[in-house]
Amino acid sequence: MSGLIEEAVAERVLTRALAHGGRFAEVFAERRQGQTLAIDERRIESVQAGAEEGAGVRVVDGNTTYFAHVDGLDPADLERAADEAAAALCGERTEPRQLQAREVAPLPIEHRPEEVPAERKAEMLRELDERARTKGGEIAQVNASYAEARREVTVANSEGLFSGDDRTRVRIGAQVVARRDGTVETGAETLGAHLGFELLEDDPGQIAEQAATKALTMLDAVPAPSGSMPVVVGGGFGGVLFHEMTGHGLEADHIQKGASVYVGKLGERVAEPLLNAYDDGRLPSEWGSDAIDDEGQPTQKTQVIEGGRLTSYLYDHLTAERDGVASTGNGRRESFRHLPIPRMTNTYIAPGDATPEAIIAGVSRGFYAVSFGGGQVDPATGDFVFGVSEGYLIENGKVTSPCRGATLIGNCLDALAAIDAVGDDFFMKTGICGKGGQKVPVGTGQGHVRVRAMTVGGTER
Amino acid sequence: MTELSTVARRAVEAATAAGAGDAEAYVSREAGRQVRVHGGEVESLTAATQSGVGIRAWSGGRVGYAYGTDLSDTGVAAIAASAAEAAAVADEDEFAAPPQPAEIEAVPGLADPSIAEWETDRVADLALTVERTALEADPRLVGVEVAVYADSSDQVAIASSTGVAGSYEASSAYAYLSALAEGEGGARETGLGFGLARGPRGLDPEAIGAEGARRALSMIGAGKPASRSCPVVLDETVAASFAGLIGGGLGAKAVQRGRSPFAGRLGEEVASAAFALHDDGRDPHGPASAPFDAEGVPRRRTALIEGGRLRSYLFDTYTANREGTASTGSAARQGYRSLPGVSPSNLMVAPGELSLDGLLAEAGDGVYVTDVAGLHSGVNPVTGVFSVGASGLVIREGELAEPVREFTIAGDLVAMLSAVSAAGAEPRWVPFGGSVSTPPLLIAEMAISGS
Repeated sequence: MSGLIEEAVAERVLTRALAHGGRFAEVFAERRQGQTLAIDERRIESVQAGAEEGAGVRVVDGNTTYFAHVDGLDPADLERAADEAAAALCGERTEPRQLQAREVAPLPIEHRPEEVPAERKAEMLRELDERARTKGGEIAQVNASYAEARREVTVANSEGLFSGDDRTRVRIGAQVVARRDGTVETGAETLGAHLGFELLEDDPGQIAEQAATKALTMLDAVPAPSGSMPVVVGGGFGGVLFHEMTGHGLEADHIQKGASVYVGKLGERVAEPLLNAYDDGRLPSEWGSDAIDDEGQPTQKTQVIEGGRLTSYLYDHLTAERDGVASTGNGRRESFRHLPIPRMTNTYIAPGDATPEAIIAGVSRGFYAVSFGGGQVDPATGDFVFGVSEGYLIENGKVTSPCRGATLIGNCLDALAAIDAVGDDFFMKTGICGKGGQKVPVGTGQGHVRVRAMTVGGTER
Repeated sequence: MTELSTVARRAVEAATAAGAGDAEAYVSREAGRQVRVHGGEVESLTAATQSGVGIRAWSGGRVGYAYGTDLSDTGVAAIAASAAEAAAVADEDEFAAPPQPAEIEAVPGLADPSIAEWETDRVADLALTVERTALEADPRLVGVEVAVYADSSDQVAIASSTGVAGSYEASSAYAYLSALAEGEGGARETGLGFGLARGPRGLDPEAIGAEGARRALSMIGAGKPASRSCPVVLDETVAASFAGLIGGGLGAKAVQRGRSPFAGRLGEEVASAAFALHDDGRDPHGPASAPFDAEGVPRRRTALIEGGRLRSYLFDTYTANREGTASTGSAARQGYRSLPGVSPSNLMVAPGELSLDGLLAEAGDGVYVTDVAGLHSGVNPVTGVFSVGASGLVIREGELAEPVREFTIAGDLVAMLSAVSAAGAEPRWVPFGGSVSTPPLLIAEMAISGS
């Protein structure tokens, strides 16, 4: 990890950042580059490449953070950022500690995507398009996209931390529109990882078929039911349920501001004893993994729920300092243009011992949410909402009609406590999580999970 | 300003030198600051500048795009070469062509000098006033999660090999807060207050703080409403979110590709006569106003829905070429990093005649919806079918009654527009759903799903 800035430059920048006082200073340097392309109406389009570099410098004094960011990584750019961050302070200079370079091994990337010819990526998208269309004449529209992104980062702070990371992520997605007479339905699927092009060497086209199958299935959908009923949530992206209804509420900034329903609940029973859950930024090759967080802290596996008890919040540097604990390696930021805040990495409910079939068989009348379009929560009130992208009725323990237009709503603490079965069919999926105007890649995961009762808001009259 | 125009011109030359048949460069520079306050103190203060260039290269009907932050000669040349290279990967599209130049008329008043005049301490005070006003509103107001002031001064220049050349400056400022109210039993409610303007002098911190407090307090003790179909009044923020979804469905790209509930419905009845919508990229108060769009085509006013009928879609140059019509100046981009695409500028829902009280009286018994959640996942943009989480207040005998939460409102967009029975008289600019000016709307009937 040679890094984007030399040690001597980093020291100089930190010294300048603390020229007018402050108890903590940090410089975060980043080089980002990426390529995206898409296929739509069988044509390759939106071919884009980009490269940006810059740095953000922050100085913390009392409870206030002063932050400045600049484009460019020349020593002069970095010093300018340090001067701007320090401009609003007017105290005595403080001295940063001597930097201790810490080498961290980035997650391994086998096949650098930037070395793969763009034409090969285009060919892969053509294959996705073809594969979706093999599902028959009712497939009306296919579009698919490819994105690769590399972020090289170097972090140095006044406590002597000096570290870096080199992150590469690749993701593809397919959206399919199916049409039968006047009925139109859509299906989508994605595949992504903290990996290089090797991610796509094993039949990427199957996601297009999966998206097409979803859209076709939904052509037979009936309007979703309304009301409170048992809900079985599918594995993988179903984990977004836990991400929204618990993960966000455990982020320490929400806790410290009293804006979370999990305030004061540490050590308490919040779920049935069968529930164990983690945030793990170290899972090999997962979408939400990094070697270090965006403050230089090595990522870690944090158990947040153990046997139904709440065991940890998720911390970045400043919130950990405030609570007198160690950072859990959850200080993340979208780019050098943003301040780090506590964020999830890969959050999941650990596998249980029930089979999905048994979980569904236990429901006489309910709703089966296989996957979501996304979700949202207000951590302060605990109110959450999820849009169901693929859902079915459960009648007499069997999955029956597909349903369109379903939304799940509820309150975090009630719904978490109502999880009464966890499946053994665990897997992870990728998501993009937004908070405070910043988007970061996150992983979500679980096996099938059953919630005793939840409100389904459908369009059935 | 000349400097950005020079970068743009140089970038166009570099792209044609790299083999592009035609090229366009969009250069922007943004200087911004943000103050977040909490507990009577400044929590963070951000000062930043950023600039970059996005270059679009055409090679026959093939289009490529590249962007970067290095505006030096060598940096721009590398970005230009990358754009030309990207074009080679794209497939030929007969309608892909750069816009032709047209006369550009300035929009006065886009840049507010008060941004430069107000020092950091003064805008920090503004944010602190927002927070303090909320906290002093009521003893049940137990905190403010965050109060924010932010502003930005932007310069934009565009140039193309076909002779498009233009530049402008614009500024924006906003403040908002999320207030926390606590009822008996400790349940917390949040309330959003916000304001937007071209500069700090256009913001009223007391009004913003008071709105957050009022919204949070109004939700104390909320229960679940019974499931039913009933009249619904959408407040301005909720109406704006829906207007944004409708505006998205009127973009010609979605329409031409069969991914819009409005596809194939031009001239047809898609709304009640009480609902009229237009897009105006030159409105003097519109946050998204500019003399030209993201590809240098003059902004203008376009009637979208009038007299209940669908009058027009929104076009950029590509979709207009494909349709054999003229661009409505509706190309937009999220800064220099993104290719231009079709998107509304300022969506404006025409006001009606009734005050809010009048709308509530007209509704009789129903629900006043003040917040919706889950729009990005609960709406199918292709079909227009939606089901989203909501909260608000019960309307009983024409007046606001107890708060309700944890319910959904569901339907489909076209059916909802057809059920609009009145628009309020007082529109408000709302930053949700893009940039929207809308009054509250009364919907004659909507499906509510609660307990």
